[in-house]
Order: sequence, then C-alpha cells, then structure tokens
Amino acid sequence: MSAVTPDQVHDDHHHHGPTGLMRWITTTNHKDIGTMYLIFSFIMFLSGGVMALTIRAELFKPGLQIVQPEFFNQLTTMHGLVMVFGAIMPAFVGFANWMLPLMIGASDMAFARMNNWSFWLLPVAAILLIGSFFVPGGATAAGWTLYAPLSVQMGMGMDLTIFAVHIMGISSIMGAINIVVTVLNMRAPGMTMMKMPLFCWTWLITAYLLIAVMPVLAGAVTMILTDRHFGTSFFNAAGGGDPVLYQHVFWFFGHPEVYIMILPAFGIVSEIIPTFARKPLFGYASMVYATASIAILSFVVWAHHMFTTGMPAETQLFFMYATMLIAVPTGVKVFNWVATMWRGSMTFETPMLWATGFIFVFTMGGFTGLICAIAPIDIQVQDTYYVVAHFHYVLVAGSLFALFAGAYYWLPKWTGVMYSEFIGKLHFWCSIIFFNITFFPMHFLGLAGMPRRIPDYALQFADFNALASVGAFGFGLSQLIFIVAVVKCVRGDGKKAAASPWEDAQGLEWTVPSPAPHHTFEIPPVVK
Amino acid sequence: MSTRANDNRRLLVRLGIAAVAMFGFGFALVPFYEAICQVTGLRNILQPDVVENTQVDPSRQLTIELDANTHDLAWRFRPTQNSVDIHPGQLVEITYEVTNTRDVAVTGQAVPSYGPQIAGDYFKKLNCFCFEKQTLAAGETRVMPVLFVVDPKLPNDVHTITLSYTFFEVEGTQAQKTAPAGRS
Repeated sequence: MSAVTPDQVHDDHHHHGPTGLMRWITTTNHKDIGTMYLIFSFIMFLSGGVMALTIRAELFKPGLQIVQPEFFNQLTTMHGLVMVFGAIMPAFVGFANWMLPLMIGASDMAFARMNNWSFWLLPVAAILLIGSFFVPGGATAAGWTLYAPLSVQMGMGMDLTIFAVHIMGISSIMGAINIVVTVLNMRAPGMTMMKMPLFCWTWLITAYLLIAVMPVLAGAVTMILTDRHFGTSFFNAAGGGDPVLYQHVFWFFGHPEVYIMILPAFGIVSEIIPTFARKPLFGYASMVYATASIAILSFVVWAHHMFTTGMPAETQLFFMYATMLIAVPTGVKVFNWVATMWRGSMTFETPMLWATGFIFVFTMGGFTGLICAIAPIDIQVQDTYYVVAHFHYVLVAGSLFALFAGAYYWLPKWTGVMYSEFIGKLHFWCSIIFFNITFFPMHFLGLAGMPRRIPDYALQFADFNALASVGAFGFGLSQLIFIVAVVKCVRGDGKKAAASPWEDAQGLEWTVPSPAPHHTFEIPPVVK
Repeated sequence: MSTRANDNRRLLVRLGIAAVAMFGFGFALVPFYEAICQVTGLRNILQPDVVENTQVDPSRQLTIELDANTHDLAWRFRPTQNSVDIHPGQLVEITYEVTNTRDVAVTGQAVPSYGPQIAGDYFKKLNCFCFEKQTLAAGETRVMPVLFVVDPKLPNDVHTITLSYTFFEVEGTQAQKTAPAGRS
C-alpha cells in the first residue's frame, strides 16, 4: 500500500528526506504513517488469523488432535489480544491518519513527530506480545481479558503481555490526542464542526474515549504486575483483595473499548453509503448526537459483562436497562443508513457491497447483543459460544467489514489506481458467505451449552463445529484475495483513478489528485 | 500560524493531563469499590454476622458437612469432626485443627465458601478464625473455633450445607516462591 513514493512527489514541494528504509523510520508525513499503520495492522490481522485457524483446526472434531490444552488457551488469549490491539485498533488509526487531514483540509496531523512515535511503538509491543510464545511457560493463557486470579499466577509470558499492553496503550493515547487536536484546531477555514464528514466526528468521539479508558486499562494491568511481583494484594483474596475488582476495573475500560472499535466503522460506512446511494446522509445531526450518546452510555454499562459474579438484583437491573438503552442511538444510526439508501440511485461497487453487508450482519450482532443484555438470559449463555458468535458478528462483520469497505473506497485515492471490481466483489462474497458459515452455527452451539475457550467438546457439538471450522478456513483464505487486490493497485496494474473516481463522492479528499500527493492542502482550502 | 501551534500545545497538555488523571482514576476505583462493598455489605466475609432471631426450629434437621483445603500452603488443616447435625436457629460451635508443617512461621488467611451457594446467605458466623489472619510458628498446632447459627429462613429444600474453608498463604510473609512457569 505504499501509495506515494518520493519520485511521484511534485508540486512546488520536493521531498528532502532520507530515502529507503530510513524514510519510513523517520517520516512525519501523515500519509506515510497511515500507510505503515495499515500494513502493520494487516500483518497482525494475518497472525491473529493463523491463531484462529489453529483453534478451529483443533475444534474440527472432538478430542485433542493438534494442540494441547495449555497451548490452546494461549492461542485463544493471543488471538483476542492481537486482533483487538494489533489489527482492528491500529487499522482505524491508519484510516484516521490518512483521511482526517484530507477530509478537514489540514496539511498534516497536529503533532507530526509524535505521530511517528505513536506508530513505531506498535511494532515493539507486537514483538513483546508475539515473542511471549517463546518464553518458558509460553504466552499468557488467561483469556484476552487477563482476568485475575489467572493472570496473577501465569508465567513470564504474562509480564511481557502486560508491558505490551502498556506500550500499545501509550501509542493509542498519543494517537488519540493527536486526532483530537487535529480535528479541533486544524480544520480549514469554513469547515465548521457540523460540516465535517461523519468519519471525523466518529473519530473525534472515539479519541476522547481512548484518552478516557486506555489509562484505566494501563492501571488494571499495572495492578496485576504489582500483585505478581511486588507483594500487593489488589486482586489476591488472601491479602484482602478481590478478583472481582479486576473485572470491574477491566470492563470500565473494556466496554468503551468495544465502541472504540465500532464508532470509526460507523464513520466509514456513513461516508460510503451516501456516495453510492447518491444522496446526502440522512439525519447528519442525529448521527452526531447518536455517536455521542453511545460514547457516554458506554461508561455506565460495564457490569453487563459480569452478571454471574453475584451482583445484587438491583445492580443487574440497572446495567441491563442501561445496556438496552444503547440500542436506541445504535438503532438511530441503522435507520439513518437505511433512510439514506431509500429511493437513492444505488449502485453496488465493492465498497458499497461491504457497507451494506456491514449493516446486515452487524445488525444481527447487535440483536444478539440485546439478547445478551437481558440478565437472566446472559446468565445462561455466559461464557458459551453464543457470546463468541455475538462478538464476532459485531467485530468481524462490524469493524472488519467496515475497514474493508473503507479500504476499497479509498484505495484509488491512496494508490492512484482503480482496484479490480471482480477481485473486490469476489473478496466480499467469499468473506460474507464464509463468515456466516463460521459464526452462525456458533449461536446454536452456545445455546446448546458449549463453553468457550475449551479445546475439546461433547460429541453432540461435533457437526456444527466441523461446519464452523470449514467456514473459518474459507474465511481465512478469502482474505488472501484482498492482498491480490491491493498488490495489483500498488503495482499500477489497473485503470488509472481520477481525482474523484466515484460518481457522486463528496468531501475534500476527492479534490486532490489521485494518488494523493505527498503534501496536500499546504494552503488551506476554503470551505463554503 | 504560531498561535495555532500554541493552541495545539495547550490542548495537548490538557489532554495529557486528562490521560494521567484517568490512570489515577483506575487506582481510585479500588477504594471506591471497597467503600461500595462496605456500604452495601457485599462480600463482607471478614466480619461477624449480626444474628437477630435465635428461635430454634426443632422440627427441621440439617447436616453441616465440614471441609478444609489449603491452597499452595504446607499446612495440615482439617475439621475435628466431619459433620454435625443441627437445627436451624441453634447456636453451634465446631472446631478446625491446623498445623504448620514448615520450619518457619507462616501467615495464612482462610476464606469460607458454601455449598449450595445460596446457603451462604443464611449461614451466620458469630466467631470464626477466618475473620483474621492466622500466624503459626514453625510446627505449631492450633485448634480454632467457628461459632455459627443457621437462619431458620433457609429454604426448605436445603437439607445439607457444606462449609468449606480454604487457607491461602498471605503474600509477603515468606520467601519468594519459585512458581513453576506456565502453571495456571
């Protein structure tokens, strides 16, 4: 995806910097950094995917065939951590880096050097995280939530994970501060807040969420670290601590984190649907308010992850109703997207396919979320495959599908070359079909009582598991199609893209040439 | 342009302070959580229960099974009797015996649990060795009492209650263990 190489840079500016590898290490250009974020996140996506496929291979039939339970637990844990912190979050930051300055008419991010540092912390964290597989005792196997007391007892892989989480947290906080400052202070003249593309709004709100909750996660893992090595007893019952406290602190981070991973996806979809429906976004202001309400509500729902910890009934009721309340602003969004399509002149190019696929499958995940919010039902499905199905419907079909939608939508802008519609559509149809083959049966498995994070299962679960495993391999291999699509664009193998390759795309990013030159909006555009 | 740079820096500092404050907030959740538990009386296992009604219900008989465990602790820990038959509302004393088999003084904390879980709400302990940490000298043996009443409001389908204690070693009172890596 290295869209802009120095020799393509022209205008009145010339790129006087190091070349080769040093160019990427020292770059402060938002487009270069965005590209690196996207490449990094895709590599992490593939590594997390390999872990997922190992898990599914083991679960293909009952009994233990491929991996031992200890290693299986490490795989489920690391798959979650790598996908959440290594793939989804950095990918959205990559989109923010590339697109936010272009969308608001700024020449770069507010703090270009800090931007470079935010990125280069990530490979360090990734090496710590993946490297923990190779230390004595292996990687942490406490689950991606790193629950105490398990996380207090693990081997040194846990310490590496704690430090990786610290580093990724610092990286995210710096990235988030950069985004807030850029969006608030760097807008072109005339670009008022309520004229900003919705992607800027969702990222602004997401950035505030990141600043508010990433430090809480850092605090939680720091407590684990001191419990492990420095004799404190935050979570140690014998020393007067309480393991349930960990869950409260973690989910105070964890639930806003869920929205950190989905709000930018809402933003991307809100850019794409108006373009291909050839109508302005329906209810722009209500979309902004809905995003803000989701963000605020996300701070008061955390204990719905903990209905089985023995909370009083009144507390369960509060968290149950607060959680269900989130369906209202989310519903506003879904209805607005549908209303945008209503009587539009729709065409289904690849980005639109992904975006409509997103709405369809994400809404299913939203509904199962609503079901899980009901305390008595949640107690039944807690820690079963029903929950696994639910969060993969919102994270894979939600965040990931929106990322692919955005990638196809802006690939012509990044590379200057149109991707192949055939390859893009093939990627979409393979993904959505195999996605449903993989995760839909998991609802039934969960309702029938199959627990998550267990390498073996009872015989009656065999058929659905075999089906899910076949789907998972199909889904995993389908993602290689994306590499073909991107590599073809980067190598210039395709139709040259116009500045605005889509018929009716709105926004400042389409006013600059494709590929976007190294420096854009040195003189701020005036927005009327 | 320089005013914009100043504005940016000011916002950076403010957001940075917000991030640091939220790190502190994570730790502030700890005393906050404890305060909530104290106010609502949740999970308050270290304090004697208040017993209001000591009316004995002689028509009902309950079996209290006694169980003892240690967690990573070289103590011998057992109840002096395996079970007792009691009536709800009756004040009962039982004893546990614990021996420190190590050649150094060790501090432990016992944590009770109940089977069925619901019985925990009706099992009122007036005195218990689990209310405080127990420090045993090398080789010391101690007989420790538990004084309890089972609330007569206990649901009728419960006939047997298992009272189980697990002794944990209190961290920081011992040489650092070399925990086997990867143990979970």
